[in-house]
Amino acid sequence: MNFLDSFLMRAALAGLGVALAAAPLGCFVVWRRMAYFGEATAHASILGIALALSFSTSIFAGVLVVALLMGWTVSVFSGRGYAMDTLLGVIAHSALAIGLVAVSLLQGVRIDLNAYLFGDILAVSRVDLAIIWGGALLVIALLCWRWNALLTATLSPDLAYAAGIDPRREQMVLTIALALVVAVAIKVVGVLLIAALLIIPAAAARPFANTPERMAYLAAGIGAFSAIGGLQLAFLYDTPTGPTIICLAATCFALTSILTLLRGSNS
Amino acid sequence: MSLIRAKGLSVRHGKTTVLQNVTLNIAAGEIVTIVGPNGSGKSTLLRALIGAVETHQGEIIQKDGLRIGYVPQKLHIGPTLPITVERFLSLLCKVAPKAAKSALDQAGASTLMQRQMSDLSGGQFQRVLLARALLGNPELLILDEATQGLDQSGSATFYRQIEELRTSLGCAVLMVSHELHVVMAASDRVICLNGHVCCEGAPEVVASAPEYRALFGSGTQGALALYRHDHDHHHHAHDHKHEDA
Repeated sequence: MNFLDSFLMRAALAGLGVALAAAPLGCFVVWRRMAYFGEATAHASILGIALALSFSTSIFAGVLVVALLMGWTVSVFSGRGYAMDTLLGVIAHSALAIGLVAVSLLQGVRIDLNAYLFGDILAVSRVDLAIIWGGALLVIALLCWRWNALLTATLSPDLAYAAGIDPRREQMVLTIALALVVAVAIKVVGVLLIAALLIIPAAAARPFANTPERMAYLAAGIGAFSAIGGLQLAFLYDTPTGPTIICLAATCFALTSILTLLRGSNS
Repeated sequence: MSLIRAKGLSVRHGKTTVLQNVTLNIAAGEIVTIVGPNGSGKSTLLRALIGAVETHQGEIIQKDGLRIGYVPQKLHIGPTLPITVERFLSLLCKVAPKAAKSALDQAGASTLMQRQMSDLSGGQFQRVLLARALLGNPELLILDEATQGLDQSGSATFYRQIEELRTSLGCAVLMVSHELHVVMAASDRVICLNGHVCCEGAPEVVASAPEYRALFGSGTQGALALYRHDHDHHHHAHDHKHEDA
């Protein structure tokens, strides 16, 4: 496994793994209008980082626990007098603020918050890589397994009930998948840009897809291209890696949107 | 033979009682229509029957292995989700192209196979939903305000199609509708619902029942009557909330 000795190779593989898991999940985030949910989960994960540091456990575990807790809290309180976005705003920003305060109170630990906010893909270790791919494969497997049920629940909860599918369970599946993706993506693009990695490839894929599956494949392709290409561009021009990946994804989005506009005006 | 039976069904949303002590029975091959003013719990009743709403009291007994085809009230597929009619029909289990084609034919939507769901008109959309429900070879077809957004002739055609389907497939039909005059002609039995079952029976019996007249007035223009009726029938004790259409 000599090729893993190169930090660039590890970084590329890490980016690829996260992009491939984020793309199909991102499609559901777009279809179900959960963009803010993704954003909120990512922000809340700062609290997970603080907890992980203070208990000296892995960042991955800390973030996963906080992200799952947030998803669970939101599902318990939603529909009880608060709109979803209000609830998410309260929980996510509280978690973010508490996390930032907690990090500053940690004694004897000097941490580079930037690495968590914007990612540190070039510092991915072999263990990180194993965790990232483990989490990514788990998310992909979960989505493949529940694909049709998730799609039905997304189209109409009542259709799902009539077919014997519990939409609340499918929502839970998405929450778990989202928590996993956030946990593995922190190292790659950082807390602030995880939602972008979910949404932008899916949005860029939309104009060229006529079925949900095609949109997911296209999004995966665009995500993977952005991850690998962004990494190379960042290396070439000495720019921060996470933001460069997102810039490339945004460029893809701009291109597919312009192509759609041109196609629309021709016909 | 009874396909589905509800006994003493009560449903609450929070503290509001939406349905109280509703008992109904759908036999094989019959067309039953539920009518009632807005907020009378019609949709809730259907959703309780398919298991989408938790019931507070009472029970629902289904025939073993009952195949239900459900056509929901409104289903919005936004432009963010690309899905062709063909893919939509194969949503949960893969459907052979031939079966998909024949279901679309039966629902009167033959030409729509490759269209995007988000591009369909209201009427086309309902027909595709109907085709999807037919694919499971249902014994009971449940339609929740299936003609919402269709004009009068459009909904008349739609109901005629339902009647033909009942004849050709032999399935029972349970539907909810606002359009009393159209529905009355197509139904074997009408259940007038207003939180509870006000009255039920053959269309002509229900139309002349005092409970029905109290709700809808005595004219045939049901839609107009919905505006006019003033909820002043005090023959039941619960505090069901009404809204006018």
